[in-house]
Order: sequence, then C-alpha cells, then structure tokens
Amino acid sequence: MKKRLVFLAIGGLAAGLAMPAIAADSLTVVSWGGAYQDSVRKAFFEPFMKETGDKIVEEEFNGQIAKQRAMVESGNVTWDVVENDSQTVLAGCAEGILEKIDWDKLGLKRDQFISADASECVVPSILYGTVFAYDKSKFKEAPQTIKDFFDIEKFPGKRGLEKRPFVNLEWALIADGVDVKDVYNVLATPEGVDRAFKKLDTIKGNVVWWEAGAQPPQLLNDGQVTMSSAWNGRIYKAITEDKKPFAIMWDHAALDWQGWTIVKGSKKVDLAYKFMAFAGRPDRQADQTNYISYGPGNKEAIENTNPKIKPDLPTNPDNMKTGFIVDAKFWADNGDSLRERFNVWLAK
Amino acid sequence: MRAAVLILPVFIFILVSFAVPVVLLLSRAVIDPSIAANLPKTVAALAEWDGKDLPPESAYAALVADLHDVQARNAAAFIGKRLNYEISGIRSRVITSARKAAAITAPPYKEQMIAADRMWGDRLIWAKIKQSGQVFTTFYLLRVLDIDRDVEGRLVPVSADQAIYRTLLWRTFSISLIVTLLTLILGYPVAYVLATTPPRISNLLLVLVLVPFWTSLLVRTTAWFVLLQDNGPINDFLAFVNLTEQPLHLIFSRFGTIVAMTHIQLPFTILPIYSVMKSISPSYMRAARSLGGGPFYSFFKVYFPLTLPGIGAGCLLTFILSLGYYITPALVGGPSDQMISGVIETTMNLENNWGKASALSAILLAATLVLFYVYNLFVGIDKVKLG
Repeated sequence: MKKRLVFLAIGGLAAGLAMPAIAADSLTVVSWGGAYQDSVRKAFFEPFMKETGDKIVEEEFNGQIAKQRAMVESGNVTWDVVENDSQTVLAGCAEGILEKIDWDKLGLKRDQFISADASECVVPSILYGTVFAYDKSKFKEAPQTIKDFFDIEKFPGKRGLEKRPFVNLEWALIADGVDVKDVYNVLATPEGVDRAFKKLDTIKGNVVWWEAGAQPPQLLNDGQVTMSSAWNGRIYKAITEDKKPFAIMWDHAALDWQGWTIVKGSKKVDLAYKFMAFAGRPDRQADQTNYISYGPGNKEAIENTNPKIKPDLPTNPDNMKTGFIVDAKFWADNGDSLRERFNVWLAK
Repeated sequence: MRAAVLILPVFIFILVSFAVPVVLLLSRAVIDPSIAANLPKTVAALAEWDGKDLPPESAYAALVADLHDVQARNAAAFIGKRLNYEISGIRSRVITSARKAAAITAPPYKEQMIAADRMWGDRLIWAKIKQSGQVFTTFYLLRVLDIDRDVEGRLVPVSADQAIYRTLLWRTFSISLIVTLLTLILGYPVAYVLATTPPRISNLLLVLVLVPFWTSLLVRTTAWFVLLQDNGPINDFLAFVNLTEQPLHLIFSRFGTIVAMTHIQLPFTILPIYSVMKSISPSYMRAARSLGGGPFYSFFKVYFPLTLPGIGAGCLLTFILSLGYYITPALVGGPSDQMISGVIETTMNLENNWGKASALSAILLAATLVLFYVYNLFVGIDKVKLG
C-alpha cells in the first residue's frame, strides 16, 4: 500500500512536471515581418490559437533558403512552418529540405489553389507584386515607366532596391530594351546576365539596398530614397494607414506567389498540417485581405475579398497591363549562382 | 610549481573557451570530408583516371553504388552543397541525380547517369570530385585568395565575376590603416593637452575621452547613422547655411565608415599615448629649450621619441581592432565598404559555407600575425608601453 502511494506520488510528480511541457507544445511559424507579419498574425495566428488552443511562436525572416538548409543539414530543425516564396519552394522541394504535402491529410482541395500544381511542397498563401513605389512630394511629374526608375537625371534622388538579384535582373533587362516576353530567355544566357549587371551598374552608385520588406516605406519616409522597389502590400499599408504621400508605379510589376511549407525534420508535422489547413481556409484567406492588399492563394477566397482593396491588388488587370509573372523555376535553378555573382558585384 | 597550480583555472578556461574552439573552427578551412566520406568508391575509381576524357564505366558504376548508399543515409544534400561550391548552381542537380541514381540497378551506368543529368557527361564535375576527394583540402584557402583549379587541376585565377577576396583583404587593411593614422593625427594633440594641463582641467577633459570609450560601440554607431543621414542634422545644417544644394552622400559610404570608425577608435589610441606622456618629466623639454633648441627641434628631438612606445601601443591596438570591425561598416557603410568580418558573417549565415568562412578567418589571422612580426622587427614589441 505504502509502496503504491510512493509510486503514485512519484507518478503524479512526474506528470506534474511533464504537464507544462505538453501545454507548451507550440508550432514555430516563420513569415516576412513588418506589416505583412501583422496581417498573418491577425488573419491566421491569433484566430488559430483561439480556435484550437494550440500555441504559435512567430519568427521573421527575409526569405533566405540558407537558414533552412543549415537546419536540415544539422538535424536541428527549429522552424516548423515557413512561408516561402516561389523560388525557395521549388528549390527546397527539389533539394528535399521541405516536406511534400499530403493534400488528403490536409483536407483541402489542391485545385482550389492558384499555382499549387507548381510544387508538391506548398499550400499557396498569397499573390504579391514587386513594384516601384515613389514619394509623390519629391517629383513635380509622376514617373510613368521603368525607364524613369533608371533615369536619375529626370527623376533625381536615390533608388531603393532589394539586396538580391531576384526581379532586379529582370527589370534591368526590360529597362535596357528587352521585351518582357523574352526576359527569361535572355537571362538564361551568360551575355544576358552580363547585360543585366551592366544596366544595374548605371545606377549602382545611387542605390540604397534593402533587405527586409518593411524597409522601403521607411527609406521613402526618411527621404533616404525617392523611389524604391517594394512589395505592393507594404506600400498600400503606408498609404492607407500611415497616410504617407507615396504612390505605386505599376509599370512592369513582377507577380509572384508564396505559400506555407513544412521544413523537413520538423517534429510537429501534425500540428503543422492543422495550421496549414486552417491558413488555407477561404474565410481566413479572405480575412487577410482586410489587413493587406495581396491576392489570396485560395480561389474560393476571392469572392469574399475586401472590396476596398480590389483596385490595389496585384491581380487587378489594370495593374498588370505591362506586368509579368516571375519564373519561379528559373530562379530555383539559377538562384544560387546568380546570388553569388550578385553579392560579388555588390561588394566590388 | 605551486604558482602553476594557481594559474591552472585561467589556463583551462582559456584552453576550453578560446584555444580549442578557434583551432576547431580554423581546421574547417583545410579539412572537409564531405566528398571522401560520401563518395568513397567513386574517389577510389577516379584515382587512376587521367582526366583527359570522360572516366571509364567503372567510375560510373562506383558513382551509382555510392549514390545508392547516399540515398539510404539521406546525405545527398552534403554532396550537393560541396560540389555547388566548386561549380556554382549545381546543388539541386546533384541532389536530383542522387535520387534518380537510386533507381538505377543494372548497367550500362554511364548512359543512364548522363540521361539522369547531362552534367555527368562533362568531365568538369568528375575533375571536381577527384580534386575534392581528399579529407584535407586547399580549396577554401585558394578560393579566398581568388584562385581556383581548372579541369586539369592547374591553379588559375577565378573568373572576374567571382573574384572579390583579394579586393576585400586589401580594403580591410587600407581602411584600418587610414583609421589608425587619423586617430593618431587627431589623438596625439589631445593626449598632449591631457598630459600637460593642470589636473583640475585635465581630469574633466579625461572624462570627455572616457565617456565615449565606455559607451557601447553599437550606440555610437547608431548615433553616426542618425547624424550622417541624407536629412540628418549634418546635412540639414549644411543646407540651412546654404553650403550645399543637394544633401551630401555621407551615409552608406566609405567616408561615413571611416568617420564613425575613427571616432570609435580615438580613445584606444589616445589613452596609451596619454599614459606614456604622463610619465615624461617636463624638465626634459625645459632642459632642451635652455640648451638652445627651438620649440620644434626640441619637440621632435626630445619629446616625440619619448612618446613612441605609446604611439606604437595605441596604433597597434587601433589597427588590430579595426581589422575586425563588423557592425560599423554594416550600418553606416555601403555594400562596397564591407570589411572581412562582415563577409565572414554572411559567408556563414547566408552562404552557409563554413569552410570558406574559416579560410577567411585564417587569412585574416595570418596577415595580422605577419604584420605583428614586421612591426616587432622594426619597432620592437618590447618598446610598446601601455603606461
């Protein structure tokens, strides 16, 4: 009897010690910081925690694949769900650093999602545009085309560009006279890459390089740049909420998708599925459009999109007259070598 | 013997927390078993290969056998990563090849591998596997000197769009040298004033030197970040007094980096010079003057040589600390002002290339030691005095 009591006591103690560990079982979800992180928090993280009682730990990143590679290689995977952009999804899926998605387990219909057939590893979340944004108060006449971005004399002031080759090389070629339809064919040749870098050379001394999506509105606001590449939702947010005198120039906007992925070796795959099923729901995706102007990845969410943001969506045909869709496969195949070359070019 | 026991704790502490990690990290610059461990049969099969043509069928068979094991151990990523360093951009092709090779069970291996990916029909990748097949490698050290091996194994300069590290090394040393000279020119008179004014005033002045010295480097760098901005206080003032029409390009530039670094390093140069000056008796100068020496002659003949140990200590301290600067160039410098420490950081965190990062560290360490040796040869380290 006594022995049993001791046993129970120890058992109870052990259970007591183990309890907090179970309750603290949480999912680490990584997204893009700043205004975008606010939107995913409001549309997904907070409602998910409320509905299921599971805990989400947020982290932020700037889209780097390296950190995910390092985690998988070292076997120390601390990120469970990552919202990767298209090129990282494709490269990560081919390299086996992202889990393949079992759509039956997820309980969502794959054909409901835009671009879901592009990769076996992703539940698409949004469509976003990489655009040019400028400070209206700095120019008498509004810039109209990509050529104006590269014209420092006519539109004086520094330019902001993202510190990676992605989209910058495409734009450089377009500004240099390459037709949008041929951009990726030209960029696939060594001469095309040289040509793109040569065009970027013409403004290199006037570029402030940004790394996080929250920086372009900040740089514009500080007057550090007069025009910058940016993700359209961030600028929308700065214009509508912070009442900044910014505007988007939609000329040759680059349309791309991103989505939720599971890092291979995550210890919380089941919870990750639960979260991704939640984040893929049409009502949740429609709710996100109340906070930021990105197009939902789930087609069923489109009809419930906040009508106010519709003109500002990158998917609005008016905005995409000259725009192009990013070739995710090109970047998945060539990203490593172009990034290397870009970094060397930058440091010279 | 008993004295040795007393220093034992600190000795063990330094060994465990400093010497061992440094050696372990630096060893990554020359030791990389990823190919030797994962493709042992292929490396053995390539030993006889002369590299003139594609390797024989036996090498392809060995590769397929190795890739079978690699798939079973889920280690394709390590080969992909290593070969991607050699031939930029082939990481995912190697990983995909490994997956496809796992399905190949019967000859002819050569045709099937080339069908899996045409890069196996090019002798470049085979040459690279052969070159990187040893545990001990010079690859990383050569790369950080902008040298590569071509398909024949000869040493050649890397292509112009990859060559950066010699520029980087030179940049690091030249920025450090400029900062050291500037701190000396600016700091020497300050140290002189501190050492020669009455204590009532000099104590106050010393506090003015010490307070920035005690302030965190990050705080001072951020302060410069604010000051140097296009519409920061400096540019606003210049515009206000109508000196400039366009804001000067101060931040994200070499100029900003050097100004901020000079400010941060000033106390490190001033304090050793000051404490040496403090120990020079004023009667030496008086004696020189009374013996007929002019003020400049007496200064350069008598006073200045006596301060040399302090100059040596201050400059050496500033120079070596400047070599390792990371935060300041990252915040107030542009991409072309990055120094070696910043690049070591991105090499580790973004490129995930620890071998190259270790090689860069090793080169920086070696170059510093060489400079130290040269300094010792000409000035003598025993002449250095901190007070």
